[in-house]
Amino acid sequence: MADKDVLTGEHFIHGDAACAEGGIASGCRFFAGYPITPATEVAERMARRLPQVGGVYIQMEDEIASMAAILGASWGGVKSMTSTSGPGFSLMMENIGLGMMTETPCVVVNIQRGGPSTGLPTLVGQADVMQARWGSHGDYGCIALAPASPQECFDFTVDAFNLSEIYRQPVFVLGDEVVGHMTEKVIIPPREELRIVERGKPQAKKEDYLPFDFKGPMPAQMAVAGQGYHVHVTGLTHDERGYPVITDAVQERNIRHIVDKIRKNADKIIRVESVFLDDAEVVVVAYGCTSRVARQAVEDLRSRGVKAGLLRLITIWPFPSNMIRQLAKQVKAFIVPEINYGQVAYEVERTAQGNAEVVLMALMGGSIHRPDEIEESVLEYF
Amino acid sequence: MSEKQEIRLAGFGGQGIILSGHILGKAASLFEKKNAVFTQSYGPEARGGSCSADVVISTQTVHYPKVGNPSLLVIMSQGAWATYGSSLNPGGTLILDQDLVTLEKEPESVTIFRVPATRIAEEMGKKIVANIVMLGAVAALGGVVSYESLKKSVLASIPPGTEELNVSAFDKGHEFGVDLLKRLKAPA
Repeated sequence: MADKDVLTGEHFIHGDAACAEGGIASGCRFFAGYPITPATEVAERMARRLPQVGGVYIQMEDEIASMAAILGASWGGVKSMTSTSGPGFSLMMENIGLGMMTETPCVVVNIQRGGPSTGLPTLVGQADVMQARWGSHGDYGCIALAPASPQECFDFTVDAFNLSEIYRQPVFVLGDEVVGHMTEKVIIPPREELRIVERGKPQAKKEDYLPFDFKGPMPAQMAVAGQGYHVHVTGLTHDERGYPVITDAVQERNIRHIVDKIRKNADKIIRVESVFLDDAEVVVVAYGCTSRVARQAVEDLRSRGVKAGLLRLITIWPFPSNMIRQLAKQVKAFIVPEINYGQVAYEVERTAQGNAEVVLMALMGGSIHRPDEIEESVLEYF
Repeated sequence: MSEKQEIRLAGFGGQGIILSGHILGKAASLFEKKNAVFTQSYGPEARGGSCSADVVISTQTVHYPKVGNPSLLVIMSQGAWATYGSSLNPGGTLILDQDLVTLEKEPESVTIFRVPATRIAEEMGKKIVANIVMLGAVAALGGVVSYESLKKSVLASIPPGTEELNVSAFDKGHEFGVDLLKRLKAPA
């Protein structure tokens, strides 16, 4: 079985399949989901592959149950994952909050399509960026990775599993239809070259063990069912033992912890790709499929001597605020192409603090930008 | 020097257009070690709606993944011609399934090859392999990937047990393409 979990070699597969392979290579052995275009192929691949590696695939009655099931599986001691698109992501929000509150590692892949509501089932969108950050009620920290190719669908799903184990919470792979359905070469490395964070076991004596730790910047080691530790898991505000304590004092400790473990570790979590930023006068900020178009535009502009740069967001959340703040002092403008009516553009505007202009290039969904459109926007500043 | 080729295959759902695009992209990516991106577009229908498969092949990294104006257009239905005919780049190559597509007016400055892919497949008793026959013809006429790579890619992409049928379909299409080239080059 072990030889089938990491399919070392070159593959010509789409982004959805690569997300599934990234999950399996990370040790994911439980998938619960509900089919939805354009994420169905993630589930299809999992349905075929998980039984080959001793894993379990369940098609649930809906996305609310899917999210609940992967949280339960995680507390059962198994790395778990689901995949969906906008309408399903909306349904998952309630239990995503439960996962944040109970500090439960798992991975949610969202292959974005045009919304709101049923929107454009088969066509691209990037409008779930703010929903990923703020979609469930209450305060929590968020990690969301945005792949721009099938290779990155594999790599970032592995990264998402590792981050979810380290920071003990649901982590999002925020793909889009273009990347999910795009087929390219994906190189799966040999098992020994993959960096996989395995879940450890608590070291404390059973009578001393606390399943939650609100003191430091990192979460407590998670104990799972069957290890002999007493664990109480609740969505209510809870103390270090996991028992409900409905007071303002415990709410302070509990919520500051689940926000701060991401906020205070943001520098370790944030991943960006910088292209020609050193002397750039105008910087395009882009992510997912749009970052490929932006890369083409910026390279075309550079070949004509125009000082354009690209800041590609690999993690959209946490947002690279410090980097934008610094860049804002040296550039004339940020151009933000995205397939929504302004989401990351607001974040860029907020962090630029008026030091550089911010131009939103919005598409409502269904198609991607053309390189020449982005080039034209940049050239307005030269 | 970047050598970039944009290819579009179009027809109706059920003809195997999407699989053809996948096979073509895989041939370039895995068997010729080039960079290839394969994207697809289709409607909500399972069969019968128009669909297209786009492949970008380059010796360099392909950032922009979409095909705008292909230099090679393969058309397997009249509807696909109506939708995508005008997208072909001037100076490009057009390969048609000659029994399924008629041109009211031939586009100018385009090389046109007519291939009876579906008829050849029907004569083999398996209409389902029309797409593989067409790929064989593309190997001979398209100038994008070699016969060997495309054949390897066909074999790596089809269900086990259908190798003989598919290789035979591929070779029939390739032979037709090679003969067609000879006939076109022969003095009148």
